[in-house]
Amino acid sequence: MALQIDKILCLKMYEQMLTIRSFEEKAIELFEHNVIRGNIHPCIGQEAVSVGVCSNFRRDDYMVNTHRGHGNCIAKGADLRLMMAELLGKSTGYCRGKGGSMHIADFEGGNLGANGIVGAGLPIAAGAGISIQNRGTDQVVACFFGDGAANQGTFHESLNLAALWKLPVIFVCENNLYALSTPAREAISVSRISDRAMAYGIPGKSIDGMDVLEVYTKTKEAVERARAGEGPTLLECVTYRFFGHFTGDPGRGITYRPKEEMDQWLNRCPIKSFRERLIKENGITGQMEKTMEAKVKASIEGAVQFANESPFPPPDQATQDLFY
Amino acid sequence: MPEITFVESLRMTLKEEMERDHSLMLIGEDIGRYGGIFGVTKGLQEEFGPHRVRNTPISESAIIGSALGAAMTGIRTVAEIMYIDFTTAAMDQIVNQVAKMRYMSGGKAKIPLVIRTQEGGGRGNAAQHSQSLEALFLHIPGLKIVMPSTPYDARGLLKTAIRDDNPVLFIEHKLLYATKGSVPDGEYLIPFGQADIKRRGKDVTLAAISYMVTKALKAADRLAEEGIEAEVIDLRTLVPLDFETILQSVHKTNRVVIVHEGCRKGGIGAEIASQIQEEAFDYLDAPVGRVGALNVPIPYSEPLEQAVIPGEEDIIKAVKKVLYMA
Repeated sequence: MALQIDKILCLKMYEQMLTIRSFEEKAIELFEHNVIRGNIHPCIGQEAVSVGVCSNFRRDDYMVNTHRGHGNCIAKGADLRLMMAELLGKSTGYCRGKGGSMHIADFEGGNLGANGIVGAGLPIAAGAGISIQNRGTDQVVACFFGDGAANQGTFHESLNLAALWKLPVIFVCENNLYALSTPAREAISVSRISDRAMAYGIPGKSIDGMDVLEVYTKTKEAVERARAGEGPTLLECVTYRFFGHFTGDPGRGITYRPKEEMDQWLNRCPIKSFRERLIKENGITGQMEKTMEAKVKASIEGAVQFANESPFPPPDQATQDLFY
Repeated sequence: MPEITFVESLRMTLKEEMERDHSLMLIGEDIGRYGGIFGVTKGLQEEFGPHRVRNTPISESAIIGSALGAAMTGIRTVAEIMYIDFTTAAMDQIVNQVAKMRYMSGGKAKIPLVIRTQEGGGRGNAAQHSQSLEALFLHIPGLKIVMPSTPYDARGLLKTAIRDDNPVLFIEHKLLYATKGSVPDGEYLIPFGQADIKRRGKDVTLAAISYMVTKALKAADRLAEEGIEAEVIDLRTLVPLDFETILQSVHKTNRVVIVHEGCRKGGIGAEIASQIQEEAFDYLDAPVGRVGALNVPIPYSEPLEQAVIPGEEDIIKAVKKVLYMA
């Protein structure tokens, strides 16, 4: 695909991809130093999907997210400081330390929250679509989910409902080929998840999820369709998580992924390939790169500093926030 | 005051609230042209249109999940699950999503959502259409639970539920739908956490809920013939629970029986009895009594169903036990 997309937008997308990668690398480091509890599900390798999809959205558009959702939060415009504070369990975090990595929500930024239950976000996204339809606005909803979620009942219920009522939802399947350790080829009855769109009478497309511009362009069509009131689209973005399922997955998933396969996908790094294109087709210079990298580094360091300096919530906060 | 049925009271209330709040949406199975299997939403889709009265496919998870998504983004919603037995098909959405969304987001989500459903046995609907499952939800923090027993209470409590900015599980009882009661035309709201003493008495406290209030009142009439004056408290809401009213009654009667239709094992009576012994141990002249269903699924055949679901006789027996008359 020729680089016809606005140069400034391209640079913005590249910077966001770098930001996501750096954020995740920092989060993994903090997890390894026992600063982050529980688990995190790094999205390194999937940056092109987050950025390519979300670059089409306005701040007032909605997003429903997955457990592997840091990248989508960042691409939807989240404040890195509030994200990092949440990961550290601080009272300044997006959820005041009550949610953690799997539940970051930013309602003002249209982020309706990530979900720890696979497939649970799809009906919620349909509901946000109903809300848009009833209020008569031209907002849209991005509904992220993984290949594992495509086998949940909620996938069927939600796509059916959204198709039936022409809800403005873009169902974005981040197919990273594995549901925890189970390969998609051993779990999904069709070779392309997008083929399932046919069952609901809606458009379905499989996209190279390592190519940010392709993701951006294909999502754009789906967003335009949704804004025009023509209903939902199912986009399958084929991608790969360079780390394992979560921090703690032995050898970044080597126990269930062949080394050759992992190497092959690592060579298709979406940031590396986009960088090469930007140099070749967009005239990005070494100096520009350095400036951008320094900016990203500073923003991550600033987020960590903010999180470190923030207080933990006092124990009496545990019983607050249950009811309005 | 005009006498109307429980169903008419609910319908009138939904209609009024839809007129009051022009974004209020109803969503559920067969609630459109058909008007709901008990007729609660009859005529509402014709009046308010298919976007505000959304007739859904049989997709319980999608009903609850999409109601949540709509409520979170500014559409006050009443979702209907036809039988409480079917909530189990939407359990993730209710337990992990609806109930937790506000807390999990650090208090940022506002969820003006009512889940209307109905429960209970007595009509031969057998094991998957007759359960009383309120105890399952009582165990989950983040849900308010309302269980009206009269047309009057249904109206006042449903108004409060709809205007609440939190998830409310509004549980009706199928045998109450045809019952009649006085309901004023004018607006009134019944606050949550306010039990109603439906009969005064000094000898024993009967703390009951939903249709069991009706049975408890009948049992109290029969006990009165034997000179036993039972006080019947209609709890009306389980979350929040008006424990203070129970406590005051126990201070007076020193004997209490908790009456519900769900299984006795792990039922709401277990929780309330536990709280009573913690807070009023020295006032009790007998162990706290509990009346609930036998620990089996609800059977179909009438004599079997009657054996499983508690009735007046069971309440009378339990009262006599705490009075050491049995």
